[in-house]
Amino acid sequence: MAMRIKVNGRRHQIDAPPNTPLLYVLRNDLELSGPKFGCGLGQCGTCTVLIDGKAVRSCQRRIAAIPPNAEIVTLEGLGTRESPHPLQTAFIEEQALQCGYCTSGMIMAAASFLADNDDPTEAQIRQALAGYLCRCGAQGRIVRAIRRAAEKGAA
Amino acid sequence: MKATRSTRRDFLASSGALLLSFSLERPRDAQAAPLPGSLARSRRLDAWIRVGADGSVTVLSGKCEIGQGLATALAQIAADELDVDLERIDMVMADTGRTPNEGYTAGSLSIQQSGTALRQAAAEVRQILVDLAAQRLGAAAADLSITDGRISATTGRSTTYWELIDGVEIEQEATGRATPKPAAERRYVGQSVPRLDLPAKVFGEASFVHDLRLEGMLHARVVRPPSYGARLASVDEAPARALEGVVEVVRNGSFLAAIARREEQALAAATSLRDAARWEGETALPPNADLASWLRRQPAQDGVVDSVGPDPAEVPAAKSLEAEYSKPYLAHAALAPSCAVALERDGELVIWTHSQGVFPLRSSVAQVVGLPEERIRAIHMDGAGCFGHNGADDAACDAAVLARALPGRPVRVLWSREDELRWAPFGAAMSLRLRAGLDGEGRIVHWRHELWSNTHSTRPGRRPSFVAGWHLASPVPSPDAVNIPQPFGGADRNAVPLYDFPSRRVVEHFLPDMPVRVSALRSLGAFANILAIESFMDDLAAAAGIDPIAFRLKHLKDERGRRVIELAAKAAGWTPASVTPRSAESGSAKKGRGFAFSRYKNRGTYLALVIDVEVDASGAVRVEKAVAAVDAGEVINPDGLRNQIEGGIVQAASWTLYEQVTFDRQKITSTDWRRYPILEFPEAPDVEVVLVDQPDKDPLGVGEAAQGPTAAAISNAVFAATGIRRRDLPLNAGA
Repeated sequence: MAMRIKVNGRRHQIDAPPNTPLLYVLRNDLELSGPKFGCGLGQCGTCTVLIDGKAVRSCQRRIAAIPPNAEIVTLEGLGTRESPHPLQTAFIEEQALQCGYCTSGMIMAAASFLADNDDPTEAQIRQALAGYLCRCGAQGRIVRAIRRAAEKGAA
Repeated sequence: MKATRSTRRDFLASSGALLLSFSLERPRDAQAAPLPGSLARSRRLDAWIRVGADGSVTVLSGKCEIGQGLATALAQIAADELDVDLERIDMVMADTGRTPNEGYTAGSLSIQQSGTALRQAAAEVRQILVDLAAQRLGAAAADLSITDGRISATTGRSTTYWELIDGVEIEQEATGRATPKPAAERRYVGQSVPRLDLPAKVFGEASFVHDLRLEGMLHARVVRPPSYGARLASVDEAPARALEGVVEVVRNGSFLAAIARREEQALAAATSLRDAARWEGETALPPNADLASWLRRQPAQDGVVDSVGPDPAEVPAAKSLEAEYSKPYLAHAALAPSCAVALERDGELVIWTHSQGVFPLRSSVAQVVGLPEERIRAIHMDGAGCFGHNGADDAACDAAVLARALPGRPVRVLWSREDELRWAPFGAAMSLRLRAGLDGEGRIVHWRHELWSNTHSTRPGRRPSFVAGWHLASPVPSPDAVNIPQPFGGADRNAVPLYDFPSRRVVEHFLPDMPVRVSALRSLGAFANILAIESFMDDLAAAAGIDPIAFRLKHLKDERGRRVIELAAKAAGWTPASVTPRSAESGSAKKGRGFAFSRYKNRGTYLALVIDVEVDASGAVRVEKAVAAVDAGEVINPDGLRNQIEGGIVQAASWTLYEQVTFDRQKITSTDWRRYPILEFPEAPDVEVVLVDQPDKDPLGVGEAAQGPTAAAISNAVFAATGIRRRDLPLNAGA
């Protein structure tokens, strides 16, 4: 069944079963590598993307449930090497990862959170990222990177 | 350039079995200069460094990036010795078709083995090029200077590596005669160079084996049995085969898998197969409750790991203490489920994998799939942060088996979260009993450390060790468990205290039966051994009425150890008063501070740390802050080192407070992130790391140094806060 979605500003025609999770469409049909599969249960946050500015776990969202005009943004759509988002710059400046598998979800969650709170405290950042897992233990650096991005006006 | 090659050395290098019979002759071989690290095993310079006429510099290492910044550290070392800009270096790591065989990337040994090899190899390549340049420019080698591969004479004439090399590889063995630069002349080593692999990960570029997309690639899901002992009695494949997109159903004994064009189709087919499968066979897992006493009742091979001075039982003491400690099975709980892609074409098999050891993987997969090793190529690609023998090798074997069923088509296997938490090996549960005596002056006069544990490594190597292998119609069982011997130790890693005790015994009860699948998890037995030793030191200090840090210094001669202890104490503002045990105040949170110290493997990195905790009314512990002092010898990348220590402390805090594999008598039950919770952002401590740089000392690995001390320092801080000693992990179980 053909469906239309809009990802990173571009419209796509998708031919996939309607109950296909958005994550598989992004990764396999559109060949985007930002969103990751971590658990398929909505528990870890690695698959997080923005839908109309809100952080959504794309493994839990069936493609048929997404309105054709919804604006889906993945890490690739947030910024590029040439024109990085302040969060991407801040993650590099703080070297805020070890393996990088959680990074996309962290940055997408932070982008959504900073849009609601452009000057958060460290404690607020920690609360906002509860439910986003990092196994390498880079939490301290990630919090610092988000603070740094907020100071640079990421929102 | 062609160099003469010693055929005998090659023979020795390639035939470990015969090494012993030749060993007496080796000293007569004056040409065989001692070479550092893995260069002794792979002596050819072009195995490590390639300089291209196009200005490229390729650095090859048999170690792999497992998420801790190794690629960057190795590039720094090579760039310094070669006198080229870091940006010029292309790192190629862990590919059986291209790189030296450096076994596993494990044991915090990559800098020692690969870093030192690269440093020497690069110094030799540089010297060869400088000597060539000296001839060409008519100048003395000592009068030449090099900037990013351009070699200039004082006369103003110059040439470049790329002109000199003219595409010819440096096909000769290392001689050991070139001398790496003194520390003061290094440009990159010692600097916090940003991670080379990081931008790709921050901009969502394909970085992981999970992101590999090959033309015509199919998606596979393996349907595992519900328990270790279950075998496939029957399955109706027809409903799965009828599903859209399904290309193949593979059944080989109890190994069952679906392969489809699209990922969600493979998942649907796997679900169909799971519904249609009937399994038989019992499993007998240990009791989940009171695992420690169960371990102590199992058949054991007993051994004395360490024996110094008189029998501790015969030594009189003014005061004697005894305590028991335990840790449960711990999961790697990699953030990404294991993944691999394999392709068989013209009788040759290529596997893309996040295994820690592509060479041992290749030899053991060869035995499972029935191909000669030379026809298999295993290529490492990044996976999620790897902390030991997780499911990576198993997924690679899955992919190999499935790719052989569909020649010409790349097959991608991805594990489910449930399978990752159920089938990947676990870190072994351990029980420990310590006993020691004090004299009237608060000095330890005898010490006994007993431990009960399975092995801490069942990695594939000479023999296969794969879940798929167990389940095939012609099963390939894993070999019998062996313990890694001292001085590294497996279950007994760091069981020998670094302190100076006049009478001590370390006894290991090695449990060969493994009802729960176990293997290497970051720091192996050191985590529990250091937890026990360093908690017990606190108990003894309290019994002696001496400050815990003063008590340790009283028993430690090692100068580097004393220095990190003093540094950590100073950085954290340690005062004896800050750790006096306080009686419980009902209804309110209590704060406490604890200390611990170790030298990883008694021969690696020194680490001392102070941890502050808060314990709430329910007894739940939160780590607020950690201050660590670290002596890892020469520091290659200070920020990379800090990152690993920070991560190690946070992860070990998670193990200590929250983590525990659970099971019923049949199966593992901790199969998702709710049932296997790990530490999250609100609980993550602030970590401060103080580095002791020793540019003239050998660089030491740091990946595992923080695990044991973190557990002990938390336990000691809880004791300081509450006056109650909790010795069984996880500390927050039931809180």
